[in-house]
Amino acid sequence: MSDYKVVPGPEAFLPPAAAMMGIELPDPGEGHIEGRIVPEDEAIEHAARKFLGAKVPTIFPGPQILWHWNESAAIKAACVREMAEILPARLIPMADYRPKYPKINPEVEINPNHPNLTIWHNKIDVCLFVGVHCHQANLALKIIRGGTSCYTMAACGMSGHEDACLTIRDVHEDTLRKLTACIKKLKAEGVKSQAEPFEQFRFSREDRKPAYLT
Amino acid sequence: MSIEKIKISEALHDLMPPEYQDMVEDATYGNQDRGWKDIGESKELIEQHSLCAGCPESIAFRYILASLPAPENTVFVGSTGCTSLVFPMVAVHNIHSLFGNQNAVASGLKRALKIRFPDVEKDVVVLAGDGATVDIGLDYTMQSWFRGEKFTTICFDNELYANTGGQESGLMQKGFVAKMAPVGKLFDKVRLPEIARESGCHYVACLTVSKPNRVEKVLKNAILVAREFGPTYIQLYTPCILEIGKQSMEGLDEMKDSEAIGGRFVFKEYMTDEVKEFLKQKDAEEKDRKKAAKLAAKEAAKA
Repeated sequence: MSDYKVVPGPEAFLPPAAAMMGIELPDPGEGHIEGRIVPEDEAIEHAARKFLGAKVPTIFPGPQILWHWNESAAIKAACVREMAEILPARLIPMADYRPKYPKINPEVEINPNHPNLTIWHNKIDVCLFVGVHCHQANLALKIIRGGTSCYTMAACGMSGHEDACLTIRDVHEDTLRKLTACIKKLKAEGVKSQAEPFEQFRFSREDRKPAYLT
Repeated sequence: MSIEKIKISEALHDLMPPEYQDMVEDATYGNQDRGWKDIGESKELIEQHSLCAGCPESIAFRYILASLPAPENTVFVGSTGCTSLVFPMVAVHNIHSLFGNQNAVASGLKRALKIRFPDVEKDVVVLAGDGATVDIGLDYTMQSWFRGEKFTTICFDNELYANTGGQESGLMQKGFVAKMAPVGKLFDKVRLPEIARESGCHYVACLTVSKPNRVEKVLKNAILVAREFGPTYIQLYTPCILEIGKQSMEGLDEMKDSEAIGGRFVFKEYMTDEVKEFLKQKDAEEKDRKKAAKLAAKEAAKA
C-alpha cells in the first residue's frame, strides 16, 4: 500500500494523479479516507463529521441528478436537497461542463474547468461531489486539490475517485439517506454544525438573477 | 436523448441556471412545425458561441439548429475547425471526432442507433468544415457515400482553413491569395456537390446561408431523404470574413454576391427521380397536416 495521502492542497499547480501515487479505488462496500481503504460506514461517518465541522460546507450536484432522466435521479436529487437542509450546506450546481468563457459566476455555479474559482470565491472548506460524471469529477477534484485547501469528498455512482480526499462508491438513494441519517445522529449526540450563516441562492426565470439579489 | 428526458429534477429545479429552465419550458423540442422563424420567439438550441462577431457560420448554426426536424432524436458528429468551438454550446447531442474521420464515426453511430433504438428514427448529421470534409477527411466522406450510409453530411465551406490563419483548402477558389497561401490557389475549387451526386448521394444541395427559408427547406429535405434512401450532402457557403478582409456586417453581402447569377454559389440542388417523388409526397402531406391543424385551431377558438 502506498504511503501517499490524498490530503487537501494546495499541492502543486499540477498535482500528481493520486492513482499514479499508488492510491487504489475501494472495492464494493468500502470507501477511502485520504487514500486509506475503510469500510463504507466508516467513510460515511467521517464524511458527516467533516461536513459538520466545516465553516462553508457545500454540495455540488451534477447533471446526473439535476436532470430528471430517470426516477432514481429525481429521488437522489430529493435526498441531496434534504441533506443540504439538515446540515445546513450550500448547494452550488455543476449544471454543465462548458468552459463558459469569458467568465462564470462563481457564486452560483461551478464547472470542472475552473472549480477553484468557486472554491476561492465562496471560501469553501469542505465539499461533496454528487451526480457529476466521473471524467469531469476527476478533472475538477485534481484542480481543487492542486490550487485550494478545500477538503474534497466524492459520492460516486460507480467505482469512486482516487483524487478525492474521501470517496464512497456505488452511491444510490439509500447511501445518501445513510449519510443524512448519520448527520442527524451526530447532531442528536451534540455535534454542532460549524457552518457560517448563509442564504441559499435560487434562480428565477423572471428576473434572470438569483432571488436573494432582488 | 428523448423528449421525455428533457426535464429538471423537481428538488433542485430552483438551482438550475435560467437558460436550462428556459430550454425545458420554451424550446421547440418535439414541435413538428419548428423552423427558422422560431428564432427570437422561443429558446434557441444554441446558447452562446465563441465565433467572431458577424460570422456567417454562426448564422448557419442558428438556422440549422432551428430547422432540425427532431433535435431530441438527432446526434451531430463534428470535426476540428471553427464548428468545434460552437458544439459545446449546443443543446443537441454531439460527438467531436478526430480531424477528418467524422463520416466514419457517423457510419458506426447510425448503425448502432438503428440496433439500439429500432422503433425510433434517430438522425445522424455530420457537420464539418471544408478542411475536414474535402481535404483531410475526403476518403472517409466518400467511402460513407459509396456504402450508402443513411445520414446527412453538411460542409461549412469557408474556402480555407480559417481558425489556423488562412491556409489553402481544396474548396478554395482558383487564384485566391490567403494569408498563409501567398502564391495563390493554382487549381480549381473541388466540385464536391458533383462528386457527391456521382458517389451515391440521393440528395445534394449547394447554397449560401443568406436565405433562411431555403436553408430550412434544404436541411429538412436532406434529413428526410437520408432516413429513407441513403446519404445526402449539403454544402453551405459560410465565408470567413476575417480571412477575406471583410467587416463584421459584410458577411451577408458577400453571400448574396456569391449566389448571384454567374457566382460560385448559385443555388444547386440534385436529387434522384424517386427522391423527387418522395419529397413531393412529403410536401403534400405537410400541407394537409398544416391545413387540418389550422382548421382544428379555428374550431377550437369558436368553441
